Amino acid sequence: MKYMLMMNTPGGGPYQIASWPAEDIKAHIAFMMRFGKKLSAAGELVGAEGLSGPDQAKLVRAGANGEPITDGVFPESKEFLAGYWIVDVDTPERAYAIAAEASAAPGPRGKPLNMSIEVRQVMTGPPADWTP
Amino acid sequence: MISRLDDSAQDLLRDLAPQVLSVLLRRYRDFGGCEDAVQEALIAAATQWPAHGMPDNPKGWLITVATRRLTDQIRSDTARRLREQLVVSLIPADEQIAFAADAAGINERDETLDLYFLCCHSALSTASQIALTLRAVGGLTTGEIARAFFVPEATMAQRLTRAKQTIRSAGTAFPELTPSDRAVRLPAVLKVIYLIFNEGYTPSGGDQLYRIDLSSEAIRVARLLSQLLPEDPEVGGLFALMLLTDARRAARTGPNGELIPLDEQVRSLWDQQRIAEGRQVLRRALARGATGPYQIQAAVAALHDEASSTRETDWGQILALYELLLRFEDSPMARLSHVIALAMVDGPTAGLRALHGLAGHPHFATSHRLDAVRAHLLERAGNRDEAIRHYRQAAQRTTSTPERNYLLLHAARLNEAL
Repeated sequence: MKYMLMMNTPGGGPYQIASWPAEDIKAHIAFMMRFGKKLSAAGELVGAEGLSGPDQAKLVRAGANGEPITDGVFPESKEFLAGYWIVDVDTPERAYAIAAEASAAPGPRGKPLNMSIEVRQVMTGPPADWTP
Repeated sequence: MISRLDDSAQDLLRDLAPQVLSVLLRRYRDFGGCEDAVQEALIAAATQWPAHGMPDNPKGWLITVATRRLTDQIRSDTARRLREQLVVSLIPADEQIAFAADAAGINERDETLDLYFLCCHSALSTASQIALTLRAVGGLTTGEIARAFFVPEATMAQRLTRAKQTIRSAGTAFPELTPSDRAVRLPAVLKVIYLIFNEGYTPSGGDQLYRIDLSSEAIRVARLLSQLLPEDPEVGGLFALMLLTDARRAARTGPNGELIPLDEQVRSLWDQQRIAEGRQVLRRALARGATGPYQIQAAVAALHDEASSTRETDWGQILALYELLLRFEDSPMARLSHVIALAMVDGPTAGLRALHGLAGHPHFATSHRLDAVRAHLLERAGNRDEAIRHYRQAAQRTTSTPERNYLLLHAARLNEAL
């Protein structure tokens, strides 16, 4: 079964990492690289993407004639999706374990960030034929 | 049990792909059908040659197999008889008998060349032009192209199918272009090749392990093109530009994929063989006397490649070259490069002043590049706080992960260097 693991950061300003010391930024980047490679090598990684920052985000709605109406300002208080992984694993417990590992990515002074990772199962196609 | 073709055989296959396709197109005119048949012949070669050895006449072998696949495909259709008549009617009368596998036509060179133009047809989107060029000229499979652009194979297959439909409905059988047609349409072909190169040189992310090396593909396709058009100075210019840029590839990223700018690169990692070839190609192109944007940019790349450090670089000549480039194309990126060269010659304050003139340009309104250049010039001018602010602003705006990592780290280091 497939799960999407979403990494959220506080909305509003720029990504927090911008104000960290250089060594901590380096350690965080190295952790994320290793983490991705490890999931890929284990045959569990379906896909992963990092997303550009909040000030690039737009909210779009269809207008009366279906034309796109964009809103440049993203709501300040909202949590903001910074990136995601999709993994294919045998059990929900394995997905939670992967999420916990991502959550403990190093932050300032190397301390685990323990950020919250939202775990959602990906919907599947039609179920196998069921004959009672 | 699975034996694979060695690299030289694979290169040969890819070099032959456009030639075989143009031979088939001359006979059958159906771009989609011919293209599929050539792909099947390439796959057949990749599986049969390692087991049975390479045929004496590889090109003839491919043409025979592709022709067989194409006719099989047409026969299997429900309107079998009709189709067969159609095929016969599509073959020019004088060629219906002469069906030797590799009877090289007089204009084979031109027809291979016209394949480039067909793939860069103006009715196609840029993404489709790129995909079709890689497949028909580059001989890559749909799966390889899909992985190169990080899209699912089904998506890429659909993009290719739609591109072929567009060409069909644009009423273009295999084009018969005059030399002046080709001259008009050549810039579109060069642009597509350069886009392929840049996609490989600044990858948009993802797992690099199984990725086709698009920069090398672009160089290979440009090499083929320069063999077909040895007299064209801009074809040589583009070919040289890519060789001279690609030479620095190993030095421009660190162990964690972070970007390393030119002034911090370990220059001993630069590929001297590529540089030597690039300079030779550029020299030949410049000798023809018709200067163009690609030759100018290649000349700049050559000056960087020849210098032992940023300090030793001949910035005066680079500035003069960018002034010349601006006369050919007044593009935002050319203007920004000109400002960078100006700041190297006249100092950061002069650069910052020149940057003001670009600030209002709509191209830079949402781009990170202006911020990144301003940050660099502010740093050199000793304005540390403002430099940090602009580095961070650039980091927020870039959509390239390696570049964002570089900008974030640079801002952090500057912040700590108290």
